[in-house]
Amino acid sequence: MPDSHAPTLRQTPLFDLHEREGARIVPFAGWAMPVQYAGIVEEHHAVRERAGMFDVSHMGRLFVVGADAAALLRRAVTYDVTSIAEGHGHYTLLCNEDGGIVDDPYVYRLDAHRFLVVGNASNAAHDAARIRSFLAPDDDAELLDRQDETVMLAVQGPASPGYLARVLGPEVATLEKRACTELPFMQYKLFASRTGYTGEDGFELVTSREAGRAIWRQLRAEGVAPCGLGARDTLRLEAALPLWGNDIDETTNPYEAGLGWVVSLDDGAAFAGRNALARIKAAGPDRKLACLRAGGRGVMRGGCAVLHDGAHVGQTTSGGHSPTLGVSVAMAYLPNDLAKPGTRLTVDVRGRALPVTVVRRPFVPHAEQRVAHAQQHETRS
Amino acid sequence: MAASPDDRKYSKEHEWVRVNGDTARIGITDYAQDQLGDVVYIDLPEAGATVGQFEKMGEIESVKAVSDLFSPVSGEVLRVNDTAVDKPELVNSDPHGDGWLLEVRLTSPAELDALMTAAAYDAFTAAQPA
Repeated sequence: MPDSHAPTLRQTPLFDLHEREGARIVPFAGWAMPVQYAGIVEEHHAVRERAGMFDVSHMGRLFVVGADAAALLRRAVTYDVTSIAEGHGHYTLLCNEDGGIVDDPYVYRLDAHRFLVVGNASNAAHDAARIRSFLAPDDDAELLDRQDETVMLAVQGPASPGYLARVLGPEVATLEKRACTELPFMQYKLFASRTGYTGEDGFELVTSREAGRAIWRQLRAEGVAPCGLGARDTLRLEAALPLWGNDIDETTNPYEAGLGWVVSLDDGAAFAGRNALARIKAAGPDRKLACLRAGGRGVMRGGCAVLHDGAHVGQTTSGGHSPTLGVSVAMAYLPNDLAKPGTRLTVDVRGRALPVTVVRRPFVPHAEQRVAHAQQHETRS
Repeated sequence: MAASPDDRKYSKEHEWVRVNGDTARIGITDYAQDQLGDVVYIDLPEAGATVGQFEKMGEIESVKAVSDLFSPVSGEVLRVNDTAVDKPELVNSDPHGDGWLLEVRLTSPAELDALMTAAAYDAFTAAQPA
């Protein structure tokens, strides 16, 4: 069989394990990545109902260390990272001077002087160069790119705490949402956080190549489903988590994307894009990233025209079939008055008019929202 | 992958046709459903419509992508498999059986000569890039 994805694409340290598992491999952001193993829908349900694991070693992993690490990062990202408690993480944005989103890395604070920045695969090198550009000459801060030396895994789903406790020890399951820690595993250090990109409870791990392979194999032996980029996309879409390059990019700003909560203006810090973002916030965005749910058969993808009374009012940024809801869902930037839940629109799916309704974000509640909702019901009854 | 059933003929677009007198059933192959992944939506012509050999007859949509369906023969649509339209996962689980798509009345039976045998089709798919 011709090896069409050989020498130019990068392979993660788990690549041979994916091949042995029969995964379908596709090129993604310069990497040869598994898109599916047993099938996207089966993997999707495994994560929603039990547990699934993803090799996300293609993501950028940049450690920023030193007495001035916090100050350096504060100049680069929109969120006040100096307020992140040690052993916690927060979603952040890198914006350009116009307020456009250059990337949306997650920033973890390991201790007072050490941070881990996890950015998108396609932006990893660019993010490092960008953060480096904010280094002042006398800064005590160093950037350590650890993508090559490490493996990154995401273990997601309601049963993930139990599986990880069996493999890594009970301490990992005591992590709070968005908390992170470092644990010993084999002779290596292992970073673990209670975060993810699926809307489910779950963990992300960064460790050595050897330890990463061992954890993957042990979790597999325990019965955790290996999951590919296909399920990663359907899960994040149902959770309405934006994907950089589709729903957000340099031409979109945080306020219209519904990410104003990731922009800290009150601490007065002079971070990249601050002036533009303050102006956009004061004026208010004139469009919003809305969630669309199909009212008929057909699958919206990215790039479909959104119509209101026959007039073009926007374009879907991502779309697909929601395995949980059994219908197609999509996101699109729409004028404010049309972005309100309940608005009825149509989407042009290859020439067919598909009726859609604007719904509240997210399409499928995140695990923590489901718990809060159940508690509310208990209080009421 | 198991050998394709040899009671029918196959097109390069990965559709099969099984002839029964002057009518025929049309569906997609096991190879095609495996490549598509989870099928979630099928758009087919209605009974009474005509389809032309190797011409677009509909669309099949999986979680991953949308693909055009091409009729392997010319004919008049007699029946649509509504069960498969309502439960598209049938196309994944039983593409050569209950997951059939259309039943047509053949208008040019000689067209069957332009299609592949099961053995030829299996050799054809084995040569496809992964």
